[in-house]
Amino acid sequence: MTTDPKPAQPSRSRLEPEPMPRRDFLGLAAWWSAAAALLFAFLGAARLPKAAVLPSPSKRFRVRLPGSLDSGQAFVPAGRSVAVFKEPAGVYAISTVCTHLGCIVKATEKGFDCPCHGSKFNKDGSVVRGPAPKGLPWLAVKHLGGDNFLIDEGKTVAAGTTVVV
Amino acid sequence: MNQVAEKRYREQPSAQERFLADLKALPRRFRETMFRSGAPRSDRTRSTFVFGNVFLHLHPVRTHRWSLRWSTTWGLGIAAISSFFVLLVTGVLLMFYYKPYPDVAYLSIKDIHFVVPTGRFIRNVHRWSANLMVVVVLLHMMRVFYTAAYRVRREFNWIIGMGLLAVTLGLSFTGYLLPWDQLAYWAITIGANIAQSPREVTDALGITQWFDIGGVQKLILLGSEEVGEEALIRFYLFHVMILPLVLVTLVAVHFWRIRKDGGLTRPADADRRLGPPSQETYPIFTEAPQKTYSLAAIVKGKTAIVGDGPEHTVPSMPHLMVGEAAVFMLTIAISLLLAIFLDAPLKELANPAVPENPAKAPWYFLGLQELVSHSAFMGGIGIPSIVLIGLGLIPYLDRESVGTGAWFGGPGGRILVLRAAVFGLLSVVIMEALVIRFGWIRQWWPGVPQLIITLLNPGTLLTVFYAAYSLACLRKYNSTRAGALALFTCFVCGFVVLTVIGTYFRGPNWDFYWSPSQWPGH
Repeated sequence: MTTDPKPAQPSRSRLEPEPMPRRDFLGLAAWWSAAAALLFAFLGAARLPKAAVLPSPSKRFRVRLPGSLDSGQAFVPAGRSVAVFKEPAGVYAISTVCTHLGCIVKATEKGFDCPCHGSKFNKDGSVVRGPAPKGLPWLAVKHLGGDNFLIDEGKTVAAGTTVVV
Repeated sequence: MNQVAEKRYREQPSAQERFLADLKALPRRFRETMFRSGAPRSDRTRSTFVFGNVFLHLHPVRTHRWSLRWSTTWGLGIAAISSFFVLLVTGVLLMFYYKPYPDVAYLSIKDIHFVVPTGRFIRNVHRWSANLMVVVVLLHMMRVFYTAAYRVRREFNWIIGMGLLAVTLGLSFTGYLLPWDQLAYWAITIGANIAQSPREVTDALGITQWFDIGGVQKLILLGSEEVGEEALIRFYLFHVMILPLVLVTLVAVHFWRIRKDGGLTRPADADRRLGPPSQETYPIFTEAPQKTYSLAAIVKGKTAIVGDGPEHTVPSMPHLMVGEAAVFMLTIAISLLLAIFLDAPLKELANPAVPENPAKAPWYFLGLQELVSHSAFMGGIGIPSIVLIGLGLIPYLDRESVGTGAWFGGPGGRILVLRAAVFGLLSVVIMEALVIRFGWIRQWWPGVPQLIITLLNPGTLLTVFYAAYSLACLRKYNSTRAGALALFTCFVCGFVVLTVIGTYFRGPNWDFYWSPSQWPGH
């Protein structure tokens, strides 16, 4: 084996890279700090699309059940997507917003039908057929005395929970 | 003053004479300053006419004869940009009267329809151009796929084209809400809940309370928990500002890249197939290029299209320009004709308590809605994502060169496409018929976990069938292009059949009816 007469460039291992010139270091540092500043500005601005207070109306509302409401007959308060029932066992409310894609289901004799994609639900809100991934939720009901009740659309309770009058 | 100078002075026209002469020359001079190159009569002025004009300089000065054949493109790209131009003009006109606030929006559309002179017509043109644009963009994508025009050099432009498809659909979807009628309200409610549909999976896994990506998506889209004033202003902003800007930017890149990629794709033997040019065709360069286009000593190397001499090309002015103008006029004519004879629909004011029955999205989403009627997540997000990813991968996985630039080019060719179409049509029709006749898992076993339905529904099964068929073709012809041809054809067939079923055969409660006349009264 012959040795190279010319003094070869001292070969550096990949593990010991050439020390970075100060100018390059400062340049890179500037780039990265600009990138980081942009990233954090973007992350901060990403909070914008969701307001701290949503414009939805209050989810709690009072209803006065008509005295003539038969057992098994749904009472739908005006402007609300809730069906209220009065049974001998007590009063309960079921949401009429389809769990599939948010259409308003219609109370029928057998239960609830969704007009949009054909989901069908039992009287107790459980899915019978169609694409709905889960049953209609039961909503929290509070008795306020007489025929008055407070219903909270934002609070679900276990199916079968009734308020005894 | 000497005599000579005095004589010259006396012979000069007076200021008044010069003024009159200049006045007479005014129209000619104005024209000359506007079109500096003069009338495009010689080869030279034809060139300067194109590159000296800011609106035309996006075009090449000379165009290959292959690009000018109708059957190369059917003018679909130009038709798409033409309908966008019509939409831009009519859209701006509609903005004079439209007010993006619930209920008021509906009244302003009624004003446009009944009170504003030409308002109804302009709204109709806007509506039908939007439909036309969606159709044309889809057909344009099919053209590019079937002529294998996405191959090497043009891969990224295919991706930009997919972006343009998405933006086109986004523009259409956001515009759908603006009239604030029943149709709009419930289509957007369904759309927003599709955005929320990852909950179907997170609920089934029981992790929604920690990881509610679906809920976040819906909230960002609507700015609220239901479709209301926040949603309307958001959709409006996207429709008139954000998406048009994105579209214009992407279109600019799309067009620019066509030039940089060497014009439209053509087969390697295009010149031989075209034969000698006809006598009427303007003279064609036949010499090899004398000049190499280095990038002006800025960098080493040559531009992409060097090596392709300008032989067998014709001047873009008039050949390309006349073709483009013809497509442009045809597009406008179709929009205007539709607008004269068909009014854009406007139903009653949006009522959040009573959904439309059936509540249908715009027609090009009805194929998706048909899938969504089996599983919200798979139909609305899962399968569309698979399709988009698949489409995006095509140019990066098909690295072959057989059949570039030819219709249905590649191993298998027309026969393969025909077979795939038969397979694609049969599988989707049989699948839908079985589901309509016998129902699906939940009717057989009501207690079945949701995750099983999400994974195993007509939509996912169809996707698996199509993928399996494509893989079989890939192996049979030993070619990725053959697999892609089969898959794309199946996808088109599935899309068409599902869209037709969703549009014409689904009635109240999304039940199957042979015709709307059989719908029960409601």
